[in-house]
Amino acid sequence: MDYFGLYNYWIVIFLMMTGFYIVISRDNLIKKLIGLNIFQTSVFLLFITMGKVKGGTAPIINHHFDTYSNPLPHVLILTAIVVGVATMAVGLSLVVRINEAYHTIEEDDIHLVEEEP
Amino acid sequence: MKRHSVLRVVAKLFLPYILLFALYVQFHGDFGPGGGFQAGVIFAAAFILYALIFGLRTAHKVASADLLRILMAAGLLLYASVGIVTMLKGGAYLDYNFLRHDPVHGQHLGILLVELGVGVTVAAVMVTIFFGFADRKNR
Amino acid sequence: MIRENLPALQVVIPLMAAPICILFKNGRAAYGIALAATLFAFGAAISLLTQVLGVGPISYELGGWAAPWGIEYRVDYLSGFVLVLVSGMGVVVQLFSPASIKREIDEEKHYLFHCAFLLCLTGLLGIVITGDAFNVFVFLEISALSSYILISLGKHRRALTSAYQYLIMGTIGSTFILIGIGLLYMMTGTLNMADIAARIGPVATTRTVLAAFAFFTVGVSIKMALFPLHLWLPNAYAYAPSVVTAFLAATATKVAVYVLIRFTFTIFGEHFAFEETPVATLLMPLALIGIVVASSIAIFQKSVKRMLAYSSVAQIGYIVLGVSFVSVTGLTGGIVHLFNHALMKGGLFLAVACVVLRIGSDRIDDFAGLGRRMPVTMFAFVVAGLSMIGVPLTVGFISKWFLIQAAIEKGWWPVAALVLLSSLLAVAYIWRVVEIAYFRKPPEGEDRITEAPVSMLLPMGALILATIFFGLNTEATAGVARQAAEYLMGAVR
Repeated sequence: MDYFGLYNYWIVIFLMMTGFYIVISRDNLIKKLIGLNIFQTSVFLLFITMGKVKGGTAPIINHHFDTYSNPLPHVLILTAIVVGVATMAVGLSLVVRINEAYHTIEEDDIHLVEEEP
Repeated sequence: MKRHSVLRVVAKLFLPYILLFALYVQFHGDFGPGGGFQAGVIFAAAFILYALIFGLRTAHKVASADLLRILMAAGLLLYASVGIVTMLKGGAYLDYNFLRHDPVHGQHLGILLVELGVGVTVAAVMVTIFFGFADRKNR
Repeated sequence: MIRENLPALQVVIPLMAAPICILFKNGRAAYGIALAATLFAFGAAISLLTQVLGVGPISYELGGWAAPWGIEYRVDYLSGFVLVLVSGMGVVVQLFSPASIKREIDEEKHYLFHCAFLLCLTGLLGIVITGDAFNVFVFLEISALSSYILISLGKHRRALTSAYQYLIMGTIGSTFILIGIGLLYMMTGTLNMADIAARIGPVATTRTVLAAFAFFTVGVSIKMALFPLHLWLPNAYAYAPSVVTAFLAATATKVAVYVLIRFTFTIFGEHFAFEETPVATLLMPLALIGIVVASSIAIFQKSVKRMLAYSSVAQIGYIVLGVSFVSVTGLTGGIVHLFNHALMKGGLFLAVACVVLRIGSDRIDDFAGLGRRMPVTMFAFVVAGLSMIGVPLTVGFISKWFLIQAAIEKGWWPVAALVLLSSLLAVAYIWRVVEIAYFRKPPEGEDRITEAPVSMLLPMGALILATIFFGLNTEATAGVARQAAEYLMGAVR
């Protein structure tokens, strides 16, 4: 079995796990969001590499070419990117508000503040 | 940023071209790569650059929060109402064929309007997000 | 013209109403628009359901592009039923909201509340009506993003951290679903649900499809807060504004369950989902553990909203239990409970919203003496609570009846016994509130507490009446649910 022929999947999995690990392990709320963003980006890559057709060119009809890459995954991912931007915007604005309310963006410190009566 | 004359001059030089490029990406979308999302973001980038160099207050003079709010809503409404118009003309939702007598013209007009709506909304939303974060300290 | 475009209008009208709310920037105007759009959506949903019951599933081609290429909106028995539920709860909550949000949300944010509410409704309706797998993801995110905003509107600063926690969990969940959809697209080359179902056969046993199914199941389990992936739910429900809690509890997790049913039965097919993979043997224990553990945790909560939130986790367990029987009776039970739970949990949360309006707290100790001060509200709480326990003549009884019947059909007596036993846990947590409200003396100097305004009592009363009406008239819900279940089970045979 050729393990390196599918190197794009290795990159996707590496990025996915990196992002996921950051989300789980970091206490800093911003770092968590960055991890989440990396996690989402890995999925974008998964979709985009899926649309590549060997020897295919950009999917704009031209009589010089007869093989085109699949444009559909790109369009899907354009939507997913917009969703990702919106998620980041909502997430960061929540962090800004949390910072104003608790004066910290460290999860541990927030828990400490909460436990005080 | 008042003393950084290099930045100010270069920014002034660049701004019209960025805006023009945004418009190109917007309206060239039916012949090549491009479209509302990308154009809106490029347009907003130009605006954000302007705000970074010349200050938030000057930027607000160009686009007030109210204007951005209206543009945000108007773009989405433009998109959705194209669909309503195609319905009124007897087609399905967003069936551009019904916009004109000739389906090809209809498709052309439909995608142009829809992408325009997308572009306006995306640009307004991006600038609003930027202002939302940048203005936070001033409140 | 309206009639044939109804499937599109169902989603488009609430979607268009949202930016109009923003244009007006006025709480009152926004409320009028939001209420009108929600009422329209409810009417459209009822009309669609009656059409489906009359002539069978409806398909609508968006943009005039034929089905496997374009986006198809598809209303069948199950989606029609859930559409009515979601939009109906939207109407009830909208009618209920003015007095409640006046107390819990700042005046200048009211128009934003209505806008976010409409977008959330759009997303939920869209998930249910669409026949396109990727569209499900898009609408899922529309509803999720707006619900993060709705939750963060809560007065307490912990609303912000709960919304953040929900955002992290929810985004991971929907990204998992996106991965699942991507892997499916890779193997079948299509995104239309019916088309995927038709093409999945030859590749069903490949590792890619198995991975897709695994990603999808975990993602949707996070979204519907299936034990043990429920950690985001109690905080989100406890600190969100009361009306938001009522709306989300009644609709958001239900729609996630709908996605589970839709994908496992329509796309993957019951044979693949439950015989080739050990999903049923995985879902059932989780559902049962969830029922017992979450109900037990609910008993020890100090806040009524949190208590009901944990009870929601338990009730999701019942619904998933029904699905995991993989029989017509079990699925009917799951679908009926999906509807019934929305009614009674909506009623319970609205009752709590009335209490919060008057005493400004949802701590269980503050309920002392409310039985006398707010008789109508507490009566509603008791009726919905009885339904939660599963007392005959209420809707809760119907769902448990179907679930136990499904368990007996399969000969799984311990499961049936557990469902019965878990009702006792529900008795325990509902009784705590009832005892304090009716038998404990109120603290001194609290005489000014009066009944909630009629504008709130009426929508709440309508929900409570519905829990009794559908408890007596079982044909209305169980009939449609059985038809939906038969259609789903038959679709793959």
